[in-house]
Amino acid sequence: MAELFSVKDLETQFHTREGTVHAVNGVSFSLQEGETLGIVGESGCGKSVSMLSTLRLIPQPPGEIVSGEAIFQGRDLLKLSREELRHVRGAQIGFVFQDPMTSFNPVQTIGKQIMEPLEIHLGMDKKQAWDRAVEMLNLVRIPNPEDRMKDYPHQFSGGMRQRAMIAMALTCSPQILIADEPTTALDVTIQAQIMDLVLNLREELGMSIIWITHDLGVIAGLADRVVVMYAGYIVEEANVTDLYASPEHPYTLGLLRSLPRLDLDEKKRLVSIEGVPPVLFKRPTFCPFASRCPYRIEKCLDENPQLMLVGENHRVACWVDTKTEKER
Amino acid sequence: MPEKEVILHVEDLVMYFPIKRGVIQRTVGYVHAVDGITFDIYRGETLGLVGESGCGKTTTGRTILQLYKPTAGKVIFEGKDLVKLKSEEMRQSRRQIQMIFQDPYASLNPRMTVEEIIGEPLVVHNMAHGKEVRNRVKELLELVGLNPAYVDRYPHEFSGGQRQRIGVARSLALQPDLIVCDEPISALDVSIQAQVVNLLEDLQKEIGLTYLFIAHDLSMVRHISNRVIVMYLGVLVELADRTTLYENPLHPYSIALLSAVPIPDPKVEEKRKRIILEGDVPSPINPPSGCRFRTRCPLAQPICAEERPEWKEVEPDHYVACHFWYNSKSLQQRR
Repeated sequence: MAELFSVKDLETQFHTREGTVHAVNGVSFSLQEGETLGIVGESGCGKSVSMLSTLRLIPQPPGEIVSGEAIFQGRDLLKLSREELRHVRGAQIGFVFQDPMTSFNPVQTIGKQIMEPLEIHLGMDKKQAWDRAVEMLNLVRIPNPEDRMKDYPHQFSGGMRQRAMIAMALTCSPQILIADEPTTALDVTIQAQIMDLVLNLREELGMSIIWITHDLGVIAGLADRVVVMYAGYIVEEANVTDLYASPEHPYTLGLLRSLPRLDLDEKKRLVSIEGVPPVLFKRPTFCPFASRCPYRIEKCLDENPQLMLVGENHRVACWVDTKTEKER
Repeated sequence: MPEKEVILHVEDLVMYFPIKRGVIQRTVGYVHAVDGITFDIYRGETLGLVGESGCGKTTTGRTILQLYKPTAGKVIFEGKDLVKLKSEEMRQSRRQIQMIFQDPYASLNPRMTVEEIIGEPLVVHNMAHGKEVRNRVKELLELVGLNPAYVDRYPHEFSGGQRQRIGVARSLALQPDLIVCDEPISALDVSIQAQVVNLLEDLQKEIGLTYLFIAHDLSMVRHISNRVIVMYLGVLVELADRTTLYENPLHPYSIALLSAVPIPDPKVEEKRKRIILEGDVPSPINPPSGCRFRTRCPLAQPICAEERPEWKEVEPDHYVACHFWYNSKSLQQRR
């Protein structure tokens, strides 16, 4: 597999009235051709901000991309001119946002909004763009696409709006689809529809996907590889089967144990992670998970661990081997 | 549960909300939010109530507390029909039935201190005065795992999980028998959800509370409940003990709903076949005739459009509302 997209040492901060918040603190990962990468973490862990940063979609100010690279097709997206970047966004990298209600323009028809990237990026005329947009709505299984083109976003249900969003992200046949919690606002039966759709489209179109979520269940059935984020750091990275079969980082372990299982009939007490995630006003010199960690040793408070290789394609940022409970 | 004692009995409960239009606010239709539901809650149990958004689960909870005046039906609590009570009598009964709300950011008044928030029910119901209030609030804070020194703080000084603990403490202030938990964890992060669920379970063991646990997270409901109700578009479709409902569901909607929930294990996910329901939930303003689920049901027949299926006890303590429940096994095999 060839490397399609790689992010190196990305660092993003937000300058707020309370101080500078270190949202993303040196994040590196790569995406292979045809691969689905899951980025998992809780609110505020920096998973969305890091993806938005790579496309320079965060408001600057208050945001600031302090350092890093985002290499796509040999070019660093963080250094492109606005005009060049505009042709990457939407055309070569499609983005699906969490809330389909607020990510459409409410006073433009769905059709017009799907046609726009076709006219801008591919230089299609109205007729060609219309036909292609209808084809896309058909592809995401919206019934009567010809009629639906003239509808406004509020006339679509939540699930349909998310389908239309996916259609819009895919119109220019991007190489990468970035989906930021695309099913979080949806009911579970509608979520199943959307996941089924994305899995089929992935097969048909052969694109790579970065799927950002807090739901370890959703990612289990979708991703090839998973990155777990905490407090702006990647704390673990592994192939999907390895991550669930032998999680290494105490945070990943905690997350998996705190989830009740639908398919298991057990009435065990849930293992909770005490405390709350930190808001980092300073780059920590210690492990940001240390205050909540049951495996903590002295070293954790002295030095922030880097990602270390612990198995094939399995990296973890922790001083303690959670299997033996001894220092690595 | 050794002995089944009914603490609350709901019978044919109906809640329609009028839709008003125009200058003179003429009623032009009704939202059929809850449309004839019957069930019991037993003392000491946790009864889970699940369904997707708009199915009427929250309305059911609020109507039980008489926060909405029901259109028809009965809510019997300790031999009294709450629907018929005068407001003063209802206020007395509300001491015994309390509620925990979904959004810990919206349900706590930002201008009140923790003492005022948790102490308010005590003052309103004349259960404590002056210094007693403060002491009792401190006890309650300790009970829900918060530092009693926090009495003078304001809600914004707390995290989501801590705020939900404050909400729990407030609901416990009057020592109720029954607590309606309306999606108490869905606004919280995964690692915090387990903290609140463990707290609710501990409190149940310590004080012997009864919960009606309303949620859309089917995995969490399986974890916390003794029995589970599945709702769809204002009606009950299935009720059984949790093991039966999750291992042997009989209503096509329950079967599809359970198959749609992702399981955090890639090996299990790989082998699973989902039943993908076509389309969306119809509008509760003009719900389908007969069976509400027939427009999306893979088993639907002409009779489903004509007759509303009966709420039937098909096995001991297992209720289903479906004309073809005996045939739904075929769906599970497809799974």
